[in-house]
Amino acid sequence: MAGAAVLGRLTWLATEVIGATAETPRVRTLQLQAESWPGHRAGQHLDVRLTAEDGYQAFRSYSIATAPDDELAITVERLDDGEVSPYLVDELREGDRIEVRGPIGGYFVWDGSERGPLLLIGGGSGIVPLMAMIRHRAGSGSSTPTRLLYSSRTLEDVIYQEELDELAARRNGFELFHTLTRSQPAGWTGYGRRIDGEMLRDVAWPAAEEPQVFICGSTRFVDTAADSLVALGYEPPSVKTERFGATG
Amino acid sequence: MSIISRGFRGRRSEGPPERVPPGQHLTDDFPVLSAGPTPHTPLEEWTFTIEGGAEPVSWSWDEFRELPSETVTVDIHCVTRWSKLDTVWEGVSVDTLLDRVEHDASYLLAFCDGGYTTNLPLEHVTDGKAWVAFNYGGEPLEPEHGGPARLLVPHLYFWKSAKWVRGLALRDEDEPGFWESNGYHLLGDPWQEQRYWGD
Amino acid sequence: MSAEDRRLDGNAIGGLLLELFGVELTVAPSVCGSCGSLEPVARLHVYVDAPGVVVRCCNCEDVMMRIVQAPGRAWIDLSGTGSLELRALE
Repeated sequence: MAGAAVLGRLTWLATEVIGATAETPRVRTLQLQAESWPGHRAGQHLDVRLTAEDGYQAFRSYSIATAPDDELAITVERLDDGEVSPYLVDELREGDRIEVRGPIGGYFVWDGSERGPLLLIGGGSGIVPLMAMIRHRAGSGSSTPTRLLYSSRTLEDVIYQEELDELAARRNGFELFHTLTRSQPAGWTGYGRRIDGEMLRDVAWPAAEEPQVFICGSTRFVDTAADSLVALGYEPPSVKTERFGATG
Repeated sequence: MSIISRGFRGRRSEGPPERVPPGQHLTDDFPVLSAGPTPHTPLEEWTFTIEGGAEPVSWSWDEFRELPSETVTVDIHCVTRWSKLDTVWEGVSVDTLLDRVEHDASYLLAFCDGGYTTNLPLEHVTDGKAWVAFNYGGEPLEPEHGGPARLLVPHLYFWKSAKWVRGLALRDEDEPGFWESNGYHLLGDPWQEQRYWGD
Repeated sequence: MSAEDRRLDGNAIGGLLLELFGVELTVAPSVCGSCGSLEPVARLHVYVDAPGVVVRCCNCEDVMMRIVQAPGRAWIDLSGTGSLELRALE
């Protein structure tokens, strides 16, 4: 099955920015049109290559935010001393061009054909690949019981807030749990601390129901959540993880 | 032919060409490069050993810190293309350490907590070219930058300045270390841009 | 960013492995040459901040892969990996 390895076989595609949407003060979604984009699965990512006029190049990976049947889009968080994210969030405009390659990833993907229930745990911008899964679920009319536990610093940092609220309000098996770790607004009824075993015991499906789990965020966030679930009896292979670095 | 992205510059600055080797750019911060988890050897267990001479010589942390040390200001150049000028280190000269050992070796392999190794010809670590450094910027060297002590060989690419160094193995031949055995140049002179095999 | 956050997982090199090997490798079960544990590449410990990429066993931390890229060439050391399983697509 495996062919001979050839360098450069995965090609960089000329890509135009066709839309940009501010999600939060630090986060922006970029709608992209990549030449001959082959389509993608929920949970996959793409690599971005930026080339400066003097030939200097920078590379980053970003999770695809949209469902397989939707337009291609990525959601990027600006890291203040980052090299690439401030450019993508603050500078890039409609009509600008970048290069992407992908889609990439075969492990951290959800196609909807698997048996539920589904537990999604996201920290900060770790919500992005999970959102592709949630959008895929909604768009395909799936009724897979799904719970999202989403950790953010403050309410202002919650990405896709309105869309998530609207999806939860449909009452078709998607349940939404927020935790705000740094500050909570007056009257907040969600969680107000970093995720821990107790929170997961409340939110997670019983292990006996054989849930499928996807956890995405920083390494520390992901390790904490994954270890807690295994301690609750989850089988490690059912707990899929994707760790984001903080290289901006 | 890559597409140029309008307005993208990256975060680089030029510097005086006589101080910045070809292909390098300057940085203000101090990037951390790691090939594995940060080791944390307690100082009471830490030793530095030179082996491969007439007999092995070892220092405990306290003994090592009693050796004469010097403060140096040097430029450092990482093969990943960043350079940092005027960095200040305090350390024990490798000359001081080698003076305690009888040997006729021409090369050494530095070995470190965590398993990292790097090879060097003796002539590139003697006559004031290399130190075992324990302070950076006037403060004790932080673990993520190689503390409690790292090798400092500023005239070569910084992968030679092995973090968490625990000793030097003297050798008759140049034995490629962790990166040198997988593509990186055996010597690594930034002024000749010796990054990879065959450069 | 803490030192621990500098560690990523095999997902982070999905593109690199696809570029080098021409196949999606993050799902591939891999055997650690040191301790023998079997894990998909996606779960291995990956360090991308080094002069090259270092992939370590998530159970014993021994080096399973080292990858160095230069213009027009790359070096791949898989000597720490016992075996990689590839499967045909359905």
